[in-house]
Amino acid sequence: MNYRMIRYILGWILIFSALFMIVPMITALCYTEKAGLAFLLSAGISAAIGSLYVLKRPAKTELHAREGFVIVSLSWIALSLSGCMPFVFSGAIPHFIDALFETVSGYTTTGASILTEVESLPKCVLMWRSFIHWVGGMGVLVFIMAFMQLSGGQNMHLMKAESPGPSVSKLVPRVRTTAMLLYSIYFVLTLAEFVILLFADMSVFDALNTSFATAGTGGFGVKNTSLGGFSPAVQIIVTVFMMLFATNFSSYYLIMKGSFKDAFNSEIRLFFAIAITAAIIIAVNISDMYGSFGEAARHSAFTVASVMSTTGFATTDFNLWPELSRSLVVILTFVGGCAGSTCGGIKISRIIILFKSMGKELQNLVHPKQVKKIVVDKRPVEHEVVRSVNVYMVCLVMIFVLSLLVISFDNHDFTTNFTSVATCLNNVGPGLNMVGPMGNFAGFSPVSKTMLIFDMLAGRLELFPVLLLFLPDTWKK
Amino acid sequence: MNIIIVGCGKVGQTLAQELNEEDNNITVIDLDGSIVNDVSSRFDVMGVVGNGATHLKQQEAGIKGADLLIAVTGSDELNLLCCLIAKKAGNCHTIARVRSPEYSLEAPYLKEELGLAMVINPEAAAAAEIDRVLRFPSAIKIDTFVKGKVEMLKFRLPEESPLVGCAVKDMASKFHCDVLVCTVEREDDAFIAKGDFVFEGKDIISIIASPRNANDFFRKIKYKINSVKDAMIVGGGEITYYLCERLHRAGIPAKIIEKDRKRCEELCSLWPEVIVINGDAAERETLIEEGVEGAGAFVALTNMDEENILLSLFAKSINKGKLVTKINRIDFDDVVKHLDLDTIIYPKNITSDMILRYVRAMKKTIGSNVETLYSVIKGKIEAAEFFIKDNSGITDKPLAELKLKPDMLIAAIFRGKTVIIPRGNDTIQKGDSVVIVSRVAALHDIDDILM
Repeated sequence: MNYRMIRYILGWILIFSALFMIVPMITALCYTEKAGLAFLLSAGISAAIGSLYVLKRPAKTELHAREGFVIVSLSWIALSLSGCMPFVFSGAIPHFIDALFETVSGYTTTGASILTEVESLPKCVLMWRSFIHWVGGMGVLVFIMAFMQLSGGQNMHLMKAESPGPSVSKLVPRVRTTAMLLYSIYFVLTLAEFVILLFADMSVFDALNTSFATAGTGGFGVKNTSLGGFSPAVQIIVTVFMMLFATNFSSYYLIMKGSFKDAFNSEIRLFFAIAITAAIIIAVNISDMYGSFGEAARHSAFTVASVMSTTGFATTDFNLWPELSRSLVVILTFVGGCAGSTCGGIKISRIIILFKSMGKELQNLVHPKQVKKIVVDKRPVEHEVVRSVNVYMVCLVMIFVLSLLVISFDNHDFTTNFTSVATCLNNVGPGLNMVGPMGNFAGFSPVSKTMLIFDMLAGRLELFPVLLLFLPDTWKK
Repeated sequence: MNIIIVGCGKVGQTLAQELNEEDNNITVIDLDGSIVNDVSSRFDVMGVVGNGATHLKQQEAGIKGADLLIAVTGSDELNLLCCLIAKKAGNCHTIARVRSPEYSLEAPYLKEELGLAMVINPEAAAAAEIDRVLRFPSAIKIDTFVKGKVEMLKFRLPEESPLVGCAVKDMASKFHCDVLVCTVEREDDAFIAKGDFVFEGKDIISIIASPRNANDFFRKIKYKINSVKDAMIVGGGEITYYLCERLHRAGIPAKIIEKDRKRCEELCSLWPEVIVINGDAAERETLIEEGVEGAGAFVALTNMDEENILLSLFAKSINKGKLVTKINRIDFDDVVKHLDLDTIIYPKNITSDMILRYVRAMKKTIGSNVETLYSVIKGKIEAAEFFIKDNSGITDKPLAELKLKPDMLIAAIFRGKTVIIPRGNDTIQKGDSVVIVSRVAALHDIDDILM
């Protein structure tokens, strides 16, 4: 383990965390809020600690796979610890564990909140909540590594550890150029949503926050009713953008290059097929509850997009829906969006591989000596990828069971417990019953909150990097 | 530049690493998925798994936007096919590693007719390097430039040499030797040597000459080059074959020890003047009997690295001559360095170095009419190769009549397969390639050389 290099990079992470706080500080200046001072203080502390570590660049900048994983996990923890300070200092969330929950929920783009009431919070605090969604959505480490040139070009390990999806590939030969392309797409899409929302008569502050939260597929709202209070036009725009941000970003690059066939691969086709089918079933199921079928369809489409993209916005309290719709929402929580997007969940590409390997095993029972490879989009999937997807699924189930057990000590009902673990582990945000779209996570004990914080981080970093921190072998020299 | 490398062996990996560090966009293609994975995560390059000689895979690797394709798989035919397809699909420059002598002999044809930019033979390149070591002491630096067609020898003039005080234009009459002086470095300055230039002691001079003329020249100016008197070569492989050819040209007698009788017969029919011994060099008696003790040079070229090292160490213990050891595996070069061996030849490193030099030269010529550009004296003087497409003010006139700008020198003319070291009454003709030595960044077109 190259401990010096890990410390050095963590130092830079803290400095960047301080830089990110400039955004809420500007907001505070615009609205002349005193809470801005809390950001100034937090940024100062972060930058000071960070500078101590970056003073001397280590002689060996080499990073191997395990350092990559460790750096990614520790960076996200460092970001969260640094990012929760303003909540505590401004008095918006006085308890440390609550503030940490909120920050982790922000960075991991979960959107689960412990706040019962958000409209009375200072605008700069709201802006900070949305902005960390945006930063966390695309992941921050690849950005810093690629643009600061901290290590000798071996950023692929970090990219693999931070980006979602079973197998990560580059669009162009260089990590730096690939990162630049992906971040440009992300930036342009966010800007597009912001401008369109302005046209739909949203205020600049609301539009900016909503765009940040949609882009990162986060889900923190600026209103107590999430997006329920906004016009149908706004809701439809957000529906579309939630789907866009849940689509594999490399598809946009392929479309720009003109290779449409590669862009609309089986993952994307299946993603939209599932979304449309689910939206129709729910729309029919809930049509009695709303004035017209059109309104029911709008709420249904919005909810499906929100849950599949793991954003977690709500236009209506789906907790009150019939059981079929409620169950579908929970199932979609696990499905998630496409690999290479900003969303969480198991992801469509993994589900494709899982189903195909199930088919392969069954086929093998019929023809025990048959040789068969799993093929997706006419390309054989490497055995390593299939294995890692299978192990991912096993880890997911085990973490799920353990978390469920831990938070059951609080004695809430089973639906609450089950959906809160599901929603945190898949970075969605709202669950059912107590943690439904109009509820929150304030009722959990600090121990349960810590467990859920772990779930959110594990979910965002796709389990392995976080689990690796608990393996003693990782820390040996 | 966008570069595609087909084949991820040692050479391919070295190229990927070095070229990537020099800010090129690299895509590697290999059949073995695990190697591609490994390479693309160790270096910042993109990987494509599949047969690099297929149009589909080349397209996937972005052949359309590629500037260069380097084919370094284990198979000659595959490498050539890669280049042919790349040429049609993407119109990029192509480099192929071709190691069998049959194809290597065709290198000029391949280059001209199939449009390959460079054909590299690792064994021939290794032989050239060994030849250099045997012929010249390390004080003489040899730069092969213009795709390896011209050898430029660079050395420091001793103060007691008769050349000191002589002007360039008087050289031919005084020493009767056919060499072309290109550049002279004096203290921190660099000159292009024209007629009136007078040599001084301690000047660093670079000359262009054929091997025999060079030896002759060095003898006449009383420069000791300690060229070996004879060489004992162990192992009769491809490198030996190419080395014999070179040693013959330089007039150095060679003795080959080879285990396989059939190969011995092949070698002695190819090079009748060479003494070919059929025996096992690993037997102490054989070596001593054949006079390892008195040999001017001992060259270990068997296929076994261990045997080469062992034999060289033995030769070292009883012989004071030059010692050359060939080692194929480059993974343990740091360990080998600590052994008491003189010159170690790694054919793989030589191959990748030559390709790297070509690529660097190619990068510099983008946007001008220069075919290739080589640095002769770093940052001061360079050599540029031009292809003469049309008749112009410089063609069909004796060079003596051309009014060249100062600091310009016509260093070599290629006509078909022959290299002409130009004299006043030679002419440049349409279809020739011409090498011009000049100050850095002075040339964009061949017509720039005239006043």
